Amino acid sequence: MPKDDGFPPRPAGPPRIALVGNPNCGKTALFNALTGARQKVANYAGVTVERKEGLFVSPGGTRVKVIDLPGTYSLRARSPDEEVTRDVVLGRRADEEVPEAIVCVVDATRLRLNLRLVLEMKKLGRPVILALNMMDEAESQGIAVDAAELSAALGMPVVPTVAIRKDGIQPLLDQIDRTLQVAKSEGLAPKTAPCGWSEPSARDLRDYHLEVETILAQAVGRPSRPHLATRKIDSVLLQPAAGLAILLILLFLMFQAVFSWARLPMELIDGGLSAVKGAIDAGMADGPLKSLITDGIIGGVGSVVIFLPQILVLFLFIQILEDSGYMARAAFLLDKMMGGVGLHGRAFIPLLSSFACAVPGIMAARTIENRTDRIATIMIAPLMTCSARLPVYTLIIAAFIPQRQVLGGWVGLPGLVLFALYAAGILSGLLIAFILKRTVLTGAREPLLMELPAYRLPRPRNVLLGLYERARAFLVRAGTTIFALMVVIWALASFPAAPEGATLPAIDYSIAGMIGHFLEPLLAPIGFNWEIAVALVPGMAAREVAVGVLGTVYALSDSGDAMRNSLAGLLAHSWSLPTALSFLTWYVFAPQCIATLSVVRRELNSYWWPTAMFFGLTSLAYGASFATFRVASALIGE
Amino acid sequence: MRTETGLAMNAGVSLGALRKGAQAEIVALDETAATTTLDTGELERRLIEMGLVEGARIEILHEGFPRRDPIAVLVGDSTIALRRAEANAVMVRRLKD
Ligand SMILES: Nc1nc2c(ncn2[C@@H]2O[C@H](COP(=O)(O)OP(=O)(O)OP(=O)(O)O)[C@@H](O)[C@H]2O)c(=O)[nH]1
Ligand SMILES: [Mg+2]
Repeated sequence: MPKDDGFPPRPAGPPRIALVGNPNCGKTALFNALTGARQKVANYAGVTVERKEGLFVSPGGTRVKVIDLPGTYSLRARSPDEEVTRDVVLGRRADEEVPEAIVCVVDATRLRLNLRLVLEMKKLGRPVILALNMMDEAESQGIAVDAAELSAALGMPVVPTVAIRKDGIQPLLDQIDRTLQVAKSEGLAPKTAPCGWSEPSARDLRDYHLEVETILAQAVGRPSRPHLATRKIDSVLLQPAAGLAILLILLFLMFQAVFSWARLPMELIDGGLSAVKGAIDAGMADGPLKSLITDGIIGGVGSVVIFLPQILVLFLFIQILEDSGYMARAAFLLDKMMGGVGLHGRAFIPLLSSFACAVPGIMAARTIENRTDRIATIMIAPLMTCSARLPVYTLIIAAFIPQRQVLGGWVGLPGLVLFALYAAGILSGLLIAFILKRTVLTGAREPLLMELPAYRLPRPRNVLLGLYERARAFLVRAGTTIFALMVVIWALASFPAAPEGATLPAIDYSIAGMIGHFLEPLLAPIGFNWEIAVALVPGMAAREVAVGVLGTVYALSDSGDAMRNSLAGLLAHSWSLPTALSFLTWYVFAPQCIATLSVVRRELNSYWWPTAMFFGLTSLAYGASFATFRVASALIGE
Repeated sequence: MRTETGLAMNAGVSLGALRKGAQAEIVALDETAATTTLDTGELERRLIEMGLVEGARIEILHEGFPRRDPIAVLVGDSTIALRRAEANAVMVRRLKD
């Protein structure tokens, strides 16, 4: 139940303001402008799915806590992300009082839709400030909003803002100060105004709507006209069949670019690493420390870091899709086809995010209202190849797939194979969704009611900042988790040392070698050797580590000339093609990621689903790898 | 008299039946005309929340694939995507085809 005890006498602690508004109206952009944070901003509904906090010091010297919330059309809350907003605003969270004031954010170009929620918020009986955002776009579309009139009509202060340029932030801060001042003075005399909000009926909604029309007539000089450029672009991109073809081509280009654009920077990193390794080889006495640095760190961590350029190219594409406004269009184009397997068109958005990493992808599924649809989407999210698996794919492709142009020289063969691997993940995901929706997850189909936002040119600053964040996160991970794992792996692979008069490479006598040989019989049917067996285990903590482990293991087991080859060269030399294909197949399904399993547990609040995911996907991976290995072996005649 | 019948006839057209380029004005919401599994009253409220309410002018901007479904509809100042199944609940008066 909502607490309607007005303004509770709270212990010391900064006053809190909540940012509330329709999806995609610029709440997070405003949050970032107020607090200096760098939360994700993108041009589609449902970017923010969690409550986020920040602090700022107002011009009056008060520390104020700001809460950024998921966008919503109503406090009725239909999906888990909207429930977050409802619970914060109505004070339904056990650990948190109602915020002292609310900043309603509206998109000035879509007031007709946005103001309805503002009227609903007014009913709460809390101090409300209106941030009239996207004033730059309103002006360029010739929409003349009179802030003073609007303020008079709504009975609340109105501050025009352009959140992405930090315009209007100062006046907004001043207004927050004033509002909190008033709230505080009223709060001293305990206010018992009950929360006036109750779930609106259809009739209430119609009344709100009429009220909005009256307000608009009063405060908006020229009626808004739809965004013309958006309409023109859509008349190309949303053509019935051609639109789908364009979507496929876009995704295909993405995978081609991952190879072609990243080649040069990767060669540079490779060259740099080899130079460092060469210098150490020449200048350091043989011994465990040298081995740790060259085999463990450069061989292990280095073979992961080398893939940074490819990961950044992938993120660049995803970021541009997200910032431009194309995501909602893709959901529109795919709705019918996804409906065929029982998924919601909106599921495209979490699934595309999963190409970066399944964890945010699974969280983004909060925007899906229907629980069975949501579970189905979450269950197949790990089948969308995440960027941590990209190194595994590209390593094997580089080792076994010739760098050749096919289809009349237009398409690189490695890019084509990469596309095929992603497609294999997507198709099996759809198949699994189909089966789940027919069996355990039956249920009604949720309606599609989704706004298509106006196209925006991705802002270079936003794109660069996004890439910077990704690169930083990747390198930090490489420097911490992966580094630590690699040191452990190196130690396991180096000790105990080989006995006197050993005939095999030293690593065969090490702990890692023993573990690998112990697991080998289990994995032999799918063509994995003991080196792969060793790589799979730490891959659970971070999938890229599998590549690092192979780097270390092969660095330690080979000697002489082979050492100077790249890891890809070593693999090409020591694996058969069926083994390589089987390994790739394994990673299409590879469910062994602890972070993914734990976020599934948290999001669905169940142990059952992550357990089912682990065993289901592991058996799939094993089965598919087995089939691949056998078929490939038979075809090659080995 | 004639205008009345004209109105009645027009009121029988649903948004779900319109083609790309059609312009219309919403005259009523009738959940029973749509196939939905939502609780009674829920679809109606969601439609209103997205601006699909009596008196609103709409235009069909784009159609999906296959079967021209879903549709993208210009409503007031926003573009809303919805499926024809739910659009059937929106009764309109045609302004232009
Ligand atoms: N032109 C312009 N664009 C803006 C402004 N504020 C935000 N945007 C853009 O609007 C889009 C949405 O911004 P967000 O801050 O992610 O919106 P949100 O309200 O947090 O969205 P959800 O988290 O999905 O509810 C992004 O593409 C921003 O770059 C503004 O004042 N002017
Ligand atoms: Mg946001």
